[in-house]
Amino acid sequence: MATKKVSRVEVKKTYKLFINGAFPRSESGRVFEVTAKNGDFIANPALASRKDLRDAVTAARAAQSCWSKATAYNRGQILYRIAEMLEGRAEQFESEIALTARITPAKAKVQVAQAIDRWVWYAGWSDKLQAVSGATNPVSGPYFNFSISEPQGVVAIASSDDFLEFIDAIAAAVVSGNSSVVLVPGGLAVPAMSFAEVLATSDLPAGVINILTGSLDELAPWAASHMDIDGFDISGIQKKKHGALKEAGAENLKRIHSFESGKTPTRILAFMESKTVWHSVGV
Amino acid sequence: MTFEYAPAPESRSIVSIKPKYGHFINGSFVAGKKHFPTVNPATEEILSHIALGGTSDVDKAVLAAQKAYTKTWSKLSGKERGKYLYRIARILQERAREFAVLETLDNGKPIRETRDIDIPLVAAHFFYHAGWADKLDYAGLGHSPKPYGVAGQIIPWNFPLLMLAWKVAPALATGNTVVLKPAETTSLTALLFAEVCQQAELPDGVVNIVTGDGSTGAAIVNHPGIHKIAFTGSTEVGKKIARAIAETDKKATLELGGKGANIVFDDAPVDETVEGIVNGIFFNQGHVCCAGSRLIVQESIAEEIIEKLKVRMAKIRVGDPLDKNTDLGAINSKEQLAKIKELSAVGDTEGAQRWSPQCNFSDKGYWFAPTIFTGVTQAHRIAQEEIFGPVLSVLTFRTPQEAIDKANNSPFGLSAGIWSEKGSRIFWASQHLKAGVIWANTFNKFDPASPFGGYKESGWGREGGKHGLAAYLKNGKETGAK
Repeated sequence: MATKKVSRVEVKKTYKLFINGAFPRSESGRVFEVTAKNGDFIANPALASRKDLRDAVTAARAAQSCWSKATAYNRGQILYRIAEMLEGRAEQFESEIALTARITPAKAKVQVAQAIDRWVWYAGWSDKLQAVSGATNPVSGPYFNFSISEPQGVVAIASSDDFLEFIDAIAAAVVSGNSSVVLVPGGLAVPAMSFAEVLATSDLPAGVINILTGSLDELAPWAASHMDIDGFDISGIQKKKHGALKEAGAENLKRIHSFESGKTPTRILAFMESKTVWHSVGV
Repeated sequence: MTFEYAPAPESRSIVSIKPKYGHFINGSFVAGKKHFPTVNPATEEILSHIALGGTSDVDKAVLAAQKAYTKTWSKLSGKERGKYLYRIARILQERAREFAVLETLDNGKPIRETRDIDIPLVAAHFFYHAGWADKLDYAGLGHSPKPYGVAGQIIPWNFPLLMLAWKVAPALATGNTVVLKPAETTSLTALLFAEVCQQAELPDGVVNIVTGDGSTGAAIVNHPGIHKIAFTGSTEVGKKIARAIAETDKKATLELGGKGANIVFDDAPVDETVEGIVNGIFFNQGHVCCAGSRLIVQESIAEEIIEKLKVRMAKIRVGDPLDKNTDLGAINSKEQLAKIKELSAVGDTEGAQRWSPQCNFSDKGYWFAPTIFTGVTQAHRIAQEEIFGPVLSVLTFRTPQEAIDKANNSPFGLSAGIWSEKGSRIFWASQHLKAGVIWANTFNKFDPASPFGGYKESGWGREGGKHGLAAYLKNGKETGAK
């Protein structure tokens, strides 16, 4: 990012958080430094605070009624639109990932292509989930009985610092109608905030995806004990730290899961709740 | 002119209860060390003495279950496992009356319910799951999903044998072996079920039953040889279990408390609705986690509904659970009666209006009259906390959205009811209610093919139906195109 010739001074981006469709600074005023492999300064992303987390949860909860009630077709189209926006900015993501994840440009290019395709894969699930997970149940009596899957509500995500895993976790949580608060560590903050800009231009309702950059060691326990978070994907956190988070999450019986891999409907269904409805049948 | 019902007692001669029981481990009964009495809550008569299982008993049971898992049960094909379950279902049907009488004696619930609901559903659960045993590849859990191994199962006292069936049938069908602990006050039908396992020639150690109290349950939860916990009981204990297994790889399904909203819209069929309200809260003395314990009725018809409800409540026959005419039996234990009395007293002090029909109770036994509280607001404890007794809290609403908001204003999310003649309104309401089981123009219906379980603090996972199998299986390889 550093310019070699001083023919023109680059206009650099100020890194902020993404909450309720807007880009606020952390209320704490804290930032942390992201550097390149050679030590060059890249960015000062916001170091999100507990108050920022609470604000993000409030936004996610408020977004619930509109996102979960949107038709599956509509959700699928909005998610597909996000893939379109990602594709248009692929080169930007490639260079940011190469720089911050410290991988070769070729590898970064592959990863961005995978991430876009993965997002499209998840988008297509929106109107197929019920066919796969639901059932009509042949009960012994004059009742029409069926089970459908519904989003749990607000899902927190502790992402790893890998861009593809970040995409997997978010797509799996929101495609069913959950809203989310995504906790992003380290250098992933840079492409994650570019992803926030993609979201802001994709007709995604404000608050459906909120992104907080900072320290997972700080943020994850706060999310685990937050009483208005229904589910928590802790795939990005080391296994030895899972126990403490699950213990904190027991207070409201949060659904806490971690996944070895993406690209499975199991991951979507883990953050859905099955509802069974009995209708009496008669004339 | 009034009609009186003559006594119509069911004979208890069909059951023989031993003075003392041990645990059922590895296919036979083994003596316990300490014992505690189990009483008939309708008479306070001591029925028998139940063994208090300690960690060494749990160790033995888990060892037997592990051995049975590796040596026999995991080697059987699904087809053969299924045949054992079919056998169990058939023996349960053959001995249904004996189980019904014993359940009524030990639990206090009316014979009409044990005979017509509990025991037939128990047999149905085994019959239903028997058929799944060789069809697990089609359960939507990938190719060849695998059991966990030994399941530790802890069940409550409100539907003793039915909860056993909900736990044991899917566990065995999916190839797990079990260590089960019945509730402290209602162990007798589980111990009779052990005899059924023997008659069915179920391989030794596939089902092990350790009786005892909370400490016995904790020993099961904390045992390193158990890979899967299935618990039905209070939210408080459910949270303790969630904490206890946080640092382990154990999986858990938790069926916990509820404060079910029974919503009555102004176009509801009045007489059917009143029956449904009665069934929703007074079925099984209100000892039902999914009971319709909050009546949320549209203001314009509240007066009419409550008047008719009172007339209907006055006709509820409370008394001897063994009498075939009894509607409402005994409260299961002295402790539970004290809890119901305590929370009802809170309802009085917080300003709700209590009403009960006149009931004449015997001096012996644990009894509580069917009760409604009107003028309840959302802030009242009787609108928020689970009473687990025959006590209904009545709230009112004006707009449909208000009904939904009030119904969802609870940390629980187990059940809800909707009463309306308008199809679109029923579907709208059922979409907006945050509850795992919703009954439209009915209430408190159960079936082995129908998944059961709650949102939020009502627990984790589902029991019954295709969904319930997931609780006992690790996903197999996904076959979908990538």
